[in-house]
Amino acid sequence: MKPRAIAVTGLNATDNPGPGVSVIRALRAAPDLAVRTVGLAYDALEPGVYAKDLVDDVFMIPYPKEGVEALAERIRYIHDRVGGLAAIIPTLDAELPSFIALEPMLAELGIGTFLPSRAQFELRSKAHLMELGRQAGITVPRARVLGDVGPLYDIHNEMPFPLVIKGPYYGATIARAVDDAIHAFQQSVAAWGLPVIVQEFVEGDEYNVVAVGDGEGGLVGAVSMRKTYLTDKGKGWAGIAVKDPNLLEMAEQFMSASKWRGPCEVEVMKARDGRYHLMEINPRFPAWTFLSAGAGMNLPEAVARLAMGESVAPMRDFQAGTMFVRIAIDQIATLEDLQTMTTAGERIRGEESER
Amino acid sequence: MTDSVNQRLKDLAVSETGFVFDPYSGATFSLNASALCLLRGLKEGLDRDKLIARLEESFDVTDADLSRDIDEFLELLRYNGVLPHEGSE
Repeated sequence: MKPRAIAVTGLNATDNPGPGVSVIRALRAAPDLAVRTVGLAYDALEPGVYAKDLVDDVFMIPYPKEGVEALAERIRYIHDRVGGLAAIIPTLDAELPSFIALEPMLAELGIGTFLPSRAQFELRSKAHLMELGRQAGITVPRARVLGDVGPLYDIHNEMPFPLVIKGPYYGATIARAVDDAIHAFQQSVAAWGLPVIVQEFVEGDEYNVVAVGDGEGGLVGAVSMRKTYLTDKGKGWAGIAVKDPNLLEMAEQFMSASKWRGPCEVEVMKARDGRYHLMEINPRFPAWTFLSAGAGMNLPEAVARLAMGESVAPMRDFQAGTMFVRIAIDQIATLEDLQTMTTAGERIRGEESER
Repeated sequence: MTDSVNQRLKDLAVSETGFVFDPYSGATFSLNASALCLLRGLKEGLDRDKLIARLEESFDVTDADLSRDIDEFLELLRYNGVLPHEGSE
């Protein structure tokens, strides 16, 4: 069978890695999924571009700020160039609205996706998380969405310090006093713009769940994990699969309430009193997604198959205790690789391997 | 002990060398020989008297301090979240 071309974004595998390389490794690890992997990169130096054993072809794509039409044009080109993309799996928060908007066009071209709707995407945003918690019957820390710094001066009357100051897409700083909170607010606005979310601080153990929703309220599958080693940016560098039924139940409640379609990451804090709090829903695969394949539940494979119109039976079993431990390696690349990516915006290796 | 506590103990993965993995929390522990003996007894559902008898059979110890040792070990399991705190179940 001719391999099917599946495109994946998020090849920025730095110390704060994007999920793309992890997703591609999982696709590669699926024994019956004959796949030609196509990496979509925003920068010629994204490390995944040079992962020759994982990524067959690589194409530059325009940043979201260049507009949906620029992305559409580029995808049409890539689709022609590789002889037909079977599916695209976007993995970055900021690009998802563009891919969601392009879904009908992609479907017309025969390119499958398995994405949430725009309304679902908005519902799980940090600004709407409390509302989602109410709908799903899930405990969510109290939060205020601020459009200006003013309310921070007396917010302690409502929510005691420490508080967590969060940007709309990324970043979280613990503030222990008004001065800290104002500083964090201004830093967040400078980096990500408004609004800023001020959330009650919950002390406890953090758990993460990678999950896939079927779009009809059901859970396709989920793998939960506890980080065992953190980088100085607080990113998980190692983790272990755990099987706490409360975590999977929370994922099921979220799917049921939102009818989420596609992959997501559910971030949960188990407080000292044993209660579970939903901290965040990330609308895409996390960077540690390969653990799901390693633990026996290959969720990227499931998403690829669903995107290509195949049916996937619900998956519930995975091996608790399976670990991931990252490693930083120096990939060797040729000047030709960089030159081709920089000037032509593409590196086709699939054809070379087929010759 | 309640069913959920028993299940929690049963689900602990325990190696021959005393390495323990709690699949609920992801925590790992290393046990010495007497703690390993106790945990195996707890997983089998032994009561305090039988736990003491098991320790006496396995180690050169007398009844005098064993009851206190068992309490300390149970408290250690509670502290590490393997067992719920008394009154929370």
